[in-house]
Amino acid sequence: MTVPMPDPPETGPSETRTGPPGTDPKRTVLVWITESTWPACVDAARERAPHDAVVLLHVSDDEVAAAAHHAYEGLLGRGHRPERDPGARLEALSGTAAADLLEAAAHRLGRPCELLDHHGRAEHEVVRAAADAALLICARDGERGHPGPHSLGRVTRFVVDHAECPVLLVWP
Amino acid sequence: MLAFAVVRPRGLPEAVAAVPAALLVIAFGALSPQDAGEQTRTLLPVVVFLAAVLVLAQLCDEEGLFTAAGDLVARLCGGRPRRLLGGVFAVAAVITAVLSLDATVVLLTPVVFATAARVGARPLPHVYACTHLANSASLLLPVSNLTNLLAFTASGLSFTRFAALMALPWLAAIAVEYVVFRRFFAADLAAGAQVPGTDEPREVPVFTLVVLALTLAGFVVTSFAGIEPLWAAVAGAAVLAARALRQRRTTVAGLVRAASPLFCLFVLALGVVVKAVVDHGLDTGIDRLLPDSSSLPSLLAIAAVAAVLANLINNLPAILALLPVVAPAGPGPVLAALIGVNLGPNLTYVGSLATLLWRRVLHEHAVEPKLGHFTRLGLLTVPAALVASTVALWGTLQVIQG
Repeated sequence: MTVPMPDPPETGPSETRTGPPGTDPKRTVLVWITESTWPACVDAARERAPHDAVVLLHVSDDEVAAAAHHAYEGLLGRGHRPERDPGARLEALSGTAAADLLEAAAHRLGRPCELLDHHGRAEHEVVRAAADAALLICARDGERGHPGPHSLGRVTRFVVDHAECPVLLVWP
Repeated sequence: MLAFAVVRPRGLPEAVAAVPAALLVIAFGALSPQDAGEQTRTLLPVVVFLAAVLVLAQLCDEEGLFTAAGDLVARLCGGRPRRLLGGVFAVAAVITAVLSLDATVVLLTPVVFATAARVGARPLPHVYACTHLANSASLLLPVSNLTNLLAFTASGLSFTRFAALMALPWLAAIAVEYVVFRRFFAADLAAGAQVPGTDEPREVPVFTLVVLALTLAGFVVTSFAGIEPLWAAVAGAAVLAARALRQRRTTVAGLVRAASPLFCLFVLALGVVVKAVVDHGLDTGIDRLLPDSSSLPSLLAIAAVAAVLANLINNLPAILALLPVVAPAGPGPVLAALIGVNLGPNLTYVGSLATLLWRRVLHEHAVEPKLGHFTRLGLLTVPAALVASTVALWGTLQVIQG
């Protein structure tokens, strides 16, 4: 899904040089928006790629809704009315949550950008989207100044390992 | 019949096959009408109890109890995902114990997801916590799981004695899950979250909470007074239902739907079919396999066999098949079997291997999201929780019965 930037840019250093997405396809910077660590990625895009076309990507992991759906299916004998399936409710909720998150990220970026709201296996979706990008910006997961856990979770590790473009890894 | 229940062609309710199967079993003489009648009479109070708890949970949800719990967790633990996980564990454990695993799976999971989204935490660990605790935190009370109600009836224990014997195993299983989750999702939980915005706190449904507390107290009182504790559940559900009906917040049809009459019918029919199978040789088979003493190795063996059986054929038929064999040996073996059938289902994706295989056949080409990820979590939690809970049960039996 591609959503145009809803609000006009409020602040931001040098919007004058950036037109709407696509007008100056010099470089596309893909920013992977994940829960809780996204602000650092958006800030990095503002500081390090002020003149590039920015794409904000959020991936809703299907595993979340599938876990709830299968837990419901595992209950034998309940008749399984679709309106009671928590998996379906989680899918609806995660759609709203992703839209909210992307809107907040676009607001923080403060200039026109493209919003991508995907679902599937997060690591595969990000690697696929990064194939066309000049740069991928994503965040570490762990805590700074804390020896462990690993600062790259399973999904981020896969993305860093397999993304074809250069990756900028920032601390949240 | 079990195949039908797992496959459910065209989404038909399981009772559609279970009831004719039960009638066929009687018609072909595999079970005499007297035996079938007796089995149904034994199961009837269990089913009424179950329906009352299902209605109670549904009404609690409609009164906003679950969203209020989500709000509380968000307020107390918002900024820190590890504390959020602790909060989710506490709420899921209590709701599963008091309002049954169905309440956690169907009603609490969406609330937990919304809570995680609100504080900007990653949802996966918290959603998995709900699905896992729906099974492993369902050990405490007879009402927590239908398997418990069946074992409770067969064991002859009182409500309070059941809870006293299962308190430590319940805590042990939750503790194992918590330790594994903290490590398994360490990176996601270290990622941070925000303190939720100070939007107006939603109203806490005080009346509902009081009724729920009185219902719990009722379980204790009835068990000391020698009355069936199911009347406490029926009374609690009746009070909430009457209030919701008067305030026009529910309808009679809605209440009947909440009681899941087809599910209740399914349980009765399943009871008849399993009794026929058990009477025709399954009992001797299981008997040969199972030790019948309350020593620690015996209890561990029983729990392990029960967990395997639950994973093969689903936990309801598993406990129905095991109960006639373990019940004569006393409460220890019955409760060990219960630990096995309640914790076991976390090992397979959808409750049992039968369901899983069928899904594989059906969706051969569909992408199943990360089966391996889920199974790894199950492999880490289930065996450890089984051992910890069973040892806790054995320890409790030493103290209480010794």
